[in-house]
Amino acid sequence: MIFWLAVGRGGFLVCEWLSRNCNISIILFRPSQWSHFKVQFPVTARRSDNTSDSSALGYNYRRHLSERFIEALLFLTAFVSVAITLAIVAMLVTESLSFFEHVSLWEFLTDTQWTPLFDNAHYGILPLVSGTVVSSAVALLVAIPMGSITAIYLSEFAPFTVREVAKPCLELLGGVPTVVYGYFALLFVTPLLQKIFPELPGFSLLSAGLVMGIMIIPYVSSMAEDAMRAVPMHLREGSYAMGATRFQTAVRVVMPGAFSGIAAAYILGISRAVGETMVVAIAAGMQPNLTWNPMEPAATITAYIVQVSLGDLPHGSIGYQTIFAAGLTLLLITLVFNIIGHLLRKRFREVY
Amino acid sequence: MVEDFSSEHPGGDVSPSQYKSEVRNLSFYYGSFSALKNINMMLHEKKVTALIGPSGCGKSTFLRCFNRMHDLYPGNRYMGDIILHPDNVNILSRSVDPIEVRMRISMVFQKPNPFPKSIYENVAYGLRVRGVRRRAILDEKVEDALRGAALWDEVKDRLHQLAYNLSGGQQQRLCIARALATDPEILLFDEPTSALDPIATASIEELIADLKDKVTILIVTHNMQQAARVSDYTAYMYLGEVIEFGVTDTIFIKPKNKQTEDYITGRFG
Repeated sequence: MIFWLAVGRGGFLVCEWLSRNCNISIILFRPSQWSHFKVQFPVTARRSDNTSDSSALGYNYRRHLSERFIEALLFLTAFVSVAITLAIVAMLVTESLSFFEHVSLWEFLTDTQWTPLFDNAHYGILPLVSGTVVSSAVALLVAIPMGSITAIYLSEFAPFTVREVAKPCLELLGGVPTVVYGYFALLFVTPLLQKIFPELPGFSLLSAGLVMGIMIIPYVSSMAEDAMRAVPMHLREGSYAMGATRFQTAVRVVMPGAFSGIAAAYILGISRAVGETMVVAIAAGMQPNLTWNPMEPAATITAYIVQVSLGDLPHGSIGYQTIFAAGLTLLLITLVFNIIGHLLRKRFREVY
Repeated sequence: MVEDFSSEHPGGDVSPSQYKSEVRNLSFYYGSFSALKNINMMLHEKKVTALIGPSGCGKSTFLRCFNRMHDLYPGNRYMGDIILHPDNVNILSRSVDPIEVRMRISMVFQKPNPFPKSIYENVAYGLRVRGVRRRAILDEKVEDALRGAALWDEVKDRLHQLAYNLSGGQQQRLCIARALATDPEILLFDEPTSALDPIATASIEELIADLKDKVTILIVTHNMQQAARVSDYTAYMYLGEVIEFGVTDTIFIKPKNKQTEDYITGRFG
């Protein structure tokens, strides 16, 4: 309930986010549905005349009870996944609360150093946020244009046979384990980039971001393509009949028509980039570094969590609690993007 | 069964120069299915020609030959000629660019299909894809087209609202305005009122009657009364052939062909 008060209507977006990231499916849960599960017996009005009560159309309580029972069972099953979500959020919040007993929120948000494991400990989240933002920005600079162009080509230009070959290939790209992408970034892309920029260090946000972008392309393109193909044929024909070319039709009619779906694809891409872990952990280095320069090594929030989770810090120590505060920050960032995506989808829903 | 109507001049002595378009031996194939069989007829300049016939007889297929819409899908094949006057060009020829054809022959569809844009941008669409950028020209053409489609007074205060906020009949008139904005020579209507209520239908029919002063119109309709009301010439089609073509009054009052008569009197179809 507290969770509901805290996030209000956006609450189910958390579920959405978690279901996407934790592979659990969640059925939308709203407190208003609780009322369904009170077993309600019908109140039969007493009749003043002397008609018999045992009529042939009497209420069959057994049938209604078994129906209620099944309904409750289904609800409980659905509730398990919601409960897990709530438990994760509750754990993040309580552990972060004890972290914030030691470190003020002000220090957490403004300090420019993140050195919780050093003797001279600083707890400023900014270096991790900057690493996350820069690597995600690089990734999106690759994924959004490439994904959109791929979607336009596949949905508006590609002949049937090309699409049948290209789509599975793209999906394969999405199926490659992220750790493989991480080593691809570190051992292939970084040396390649070093030929162009000789001063590039062995770990950099640039190469991690580029590879992350390639990794995200299939997500963006397949979602955007689905949205574009859902635009009805009669809109395209209307455009062609006005003398428009294929490209004009794609850009001026199909894309505005599919705007909400394309926006959702971009938001999904952003959420994935922000939450991506292995590529940045392997290729971007693990030193928290407050920088906006993609040519430098830095740590992201996710990379830091990996680093600390692998170590042997005692439970309850402040170093251990930092990962919960970092995790909560990450959750809030993705939550904000999901809310934006939801609002965009509502604002520009498809009406043909 | 197939008669050559191009040799007749229904409506008295009309010289060939008054034809906007002549269809000669037109056949059309979806893959191996022959959808149109050896059609011969003509469109009279600045007149309304209606195509009637039972469902699946090829009316829409025939209409869509005029702006080469069939080129959008693979496996379609035209045979024969559609001559566009005064250029005397066969618009089905391989050397003709379908986009150029569509710039001169506009189309209004069965279901109102405004684009997900403002009212203004919908009407300006055809001009914009032709590269017109000057605001003054666009403003003028948009106003003219909306006036032409009898929509100006209803939308002049909300030109920049989304077109989907209009009613179905207004959306269809918007689509007509969109088609008019580029000053087409022929306007194709594919059952333009089948998705509309009777009042909106009446306003569209009125509009068609007004438009024929400016442009040649070819209209497909399911509704025989509509054909009788709006058209000057009517062609009755059945199974991909034009069974009878002539002046609307003659077709409806004294059809020469028994099959046409059966269809028109409601004994069939």
